[in-house]
Amino acid sequence: MAEKKLRQIAIYGKGGIGKSTTTQNTVAGLAALGNKVMIIGCDPKADSTRLILHAKAQATVMDKVRELGTVEDLELEDVLKWGYGDVKCVESGGPEPGVGCAGRGVITAINFLEEEGAYTPDLDFVFYDVLGDVVCGGFAMPIRENKAQEIYIVVSGEMMAMYAANNICKGIVKYASSGSVRLGGLICNSRNTDREADLIEALAKRLGTQMIHFVPRDNQVQRAELRRMTVIEYSPEHKQAEEYRQLAQKIADNKMFVVPTPLEMEELEELLMEFGIMEAEDETVVGLAENA
Amino acid sequence: MYQGDDRHERAPIPGITKERTEKLIAETLAEMPEKARNKRAPHLGANEPTATCCAVKSNRKVVPGVMSQRGCAYAGAKGVVWGPIRDMVHISHGPIGCGVYSWGTRRNLMQGIPGVTSFPMDFTSDFQEKDIVYGGDKKLEKLLNEANELFPLAKGFSVLSECPVGLIGDDINAVAKKMEEQLEKLVVPCNCEGFRGVSQSLGHHISNDSIRDHIIGKFEFPDPVGPYDVALIGDYNIGGDVWAAKPILEEIGLNVKSVWTGDGEVEKIGATHQVKLNLIHCYRSMNYMCKVMEEKWGIPWLEYNFFGPTKIAESLRAIAGRFDESIQEKAEAVIAKYQPMMQAVLDEYKPRLNGKTAMLFVGGLRPRHTIGAYEDLGIQITGAGYEFAHQDDYDRTSPEMANGTLIYDDVSEFELEKFVEELKPDLVGSGIKEKYVFQKAGIPFRQMHSWDYSGPYHGYEGFKIFARDIDMAINSPTWKLVKSPF
Repeated sequence: MAEKKLRQIAIYGKGGIGKSTTTQNTVAGLAALGNKVMIIGCDPKADSTRLILHAKAQATVMDKVRELGTVEDLELEDVLKWGYGDVKCVESGGPEPGVGCAGRGVITAINFLEEEGAYTPDLDFVFYDVLGDVVCGGFAMPIRENKAQEIYIVVSGEMMAMYAANNICKGIVKYASSGSVRLGGLICNSRNTDREADLIEALAKRLGTQMIHFVPRDNQVQRAELRRMTVIEYSPEHKQAEEYRQLAQKIADNKMFVVPTPLEMEELEELLMEFGIMEAEDETVVGLAENA
Repeated sequence: MYQGDDRHERAPIPGITKERTEKLIAETLAEMPEKARNKRAPHLGANEPTATCCAVKSNRKVVPGVMSQRGCAYAGAKGVVWGPIRDMVHISHGPIGCGVYSWGTRRNLMQGIPGVTSFPMDFTSDFQEKDIVYGGDKKLEKLLNEANELFPLAKGFSVLSECPVGLIGDDINAVAKKMEEQLEKLVVPCNCEGFRGVSQSLGHHISNDSIRDHIIGKFEFPDPVGPYDVALIGDYNIGGDVWAAKPILEEIGLNVKSVWTGDGEVEKIGATHQVKLNLIHCYRSMNYMCKVMEEKWGIPWLEYNFFGPTKIAESLRAIAGRFDESIQEKAEAVIAKYQPMMQAVLDEYKPRLNGKTAMLFVGGLRPRHTIGAYEDLGIQITGAGYEFAHQDDYDRTSPEMANGTLIYDDVSEFELEKFVEELKPDLVGSGIKEKYVFQKAGIPFRQMHSWDYSGPYHGYEGFKIFARDIDMAINSPTWKLVKSPF
């Protein structure tokens, strides 16, 4: 039997776009297909594993470090939990907004997991669920050398989500030139905007990538979340569970890894205008108040 | 205001000409890559004592790749301004290294009982990963409470930011404000992160600003204000300098009400707005507060120089000139009283030192302030430069140096070695990093930041020790015993 190759995947996207929900449902789908998966939450909010663990909030690496005093005192079993489908779950954790340095928390946590041997040979996938805005070097840690080689961006047909996706692509270009990280595709998490699938397909094409899957909006996701479960586990027969299984299978089979070609701001606006999301700018009204 | 040097121009030094110095600079620069050469060129020059503006550029970022001798803003705050205040606890806020390596290294001596009335220990919040990630503000609060409990006689606390505090945005100002109310003691935040500015110089300025915002004007002297009240500014009591300088001022009839900050007491520093005149020794590190006190309280300030009998006499007359005749008479009496003692020092050492040359590279005031003391001993200065000086320092240096002498700002190890090799001084006075380089080259050396474990060098008492040390360095028979194996 050929040696298994671990695939490390980072999920990025605008804050509130549904990265954690999409990641956990996809991971549950991969697990259901028989894969060994680990999720590493890289967000101080620590909500990347709750649907897998059925827990309110998992004890995070940084919380335990704070409790015990130093990272050297921490043991892997203090922070590594098993959930649905034998998925390994870790949260890096971090401070409340406005204090300290959350980015350093991500670096500390990933270093700790590497040193303590959390990346076991039986794993097929590691998923990094990363804070919405890559505000500093810490949040780029998951895509540095020898970590995630594939990135998927969660996006919707809303303008700001697309802006964010384009900006993330700019970051990927930087890391792709110094390492081997590549973009695997856009995951459209539908917000039911007009011509959403076409728009994201068009954006993906401009970025040199693919829309790997269009996840329709369905309240079944929220019903499952209320029970702190993924749709895959809560209602495996539901059509939404099938969507996530399809996404999981597409990621497992994906062969299209590219260095993206991010758009200039004008190009992005043109695209938005083409799809009627944005109106052509009227320079004569810029900066004028309503009653002026 | 700055008075300028009223002495006539220095006599030319044999062998030193503008042409030779400029040639030496050109040869030295020629060995550097073009970019470095272009950046360094304006920082090196041949002295023109009559020029209205100084020849060299200063206070710029170090050129990457050279070995510079500079410190950082934190070093300027902790090591220079705050560290010598003896009755406060000084907290290095951040990882442990900055606190440990700035601990007791500057030889700013202090009175008091360590741990009871003086606090020369290393206090640090010893940041760990968790403090970076979650912020160190709670730890700082805890530290302040514990330090206050352990050392109840401390008059206050300074909180000195190390780099990470500025990166993660720890709000030490808010913690200081809260804890000042809670402890009912001074808690002074100082945002002196090491990455700020181009050298330790900004740390001095930031610390001056902290004193302005948190200390000055908050206290009053217990005894009534008198007409002869002065403060001694910018003497850090290196090797006991303050203890050699203060008695002279008292002998001429002045009341030295506070010292900034050598062997300093914070409540007296905080009452300095009540004095009649500020006397400033290290202009570079404390001119800021002198100007603040001048603007806000109308207190004039005067630069003085207590290195060597000539400069001491000049300074005493200038200081006494700001007061009435009784002080002026006492100043003359003091100068006359110490004259025989000084003559005895010169009689002993000058015959062995006359005609020697020295090159200096030190910090904020010594390259110019010590020139008079060397000259009293018959030693001429052929090159001088500062680690972190500004334009106004070089303006004050030029008139003190002979025509064509070498001026070098933020000089690199390479440049200084090259200059010394060519000018062959009998003594180099610089820092610990240069010391062994030049001693191994067989050149006598004195470490002029901490007086090479000696001192004091200020005042009449100090000059005796200075003369002895310089003679000991230059005329040590050791140099004749060293034979090169090559």
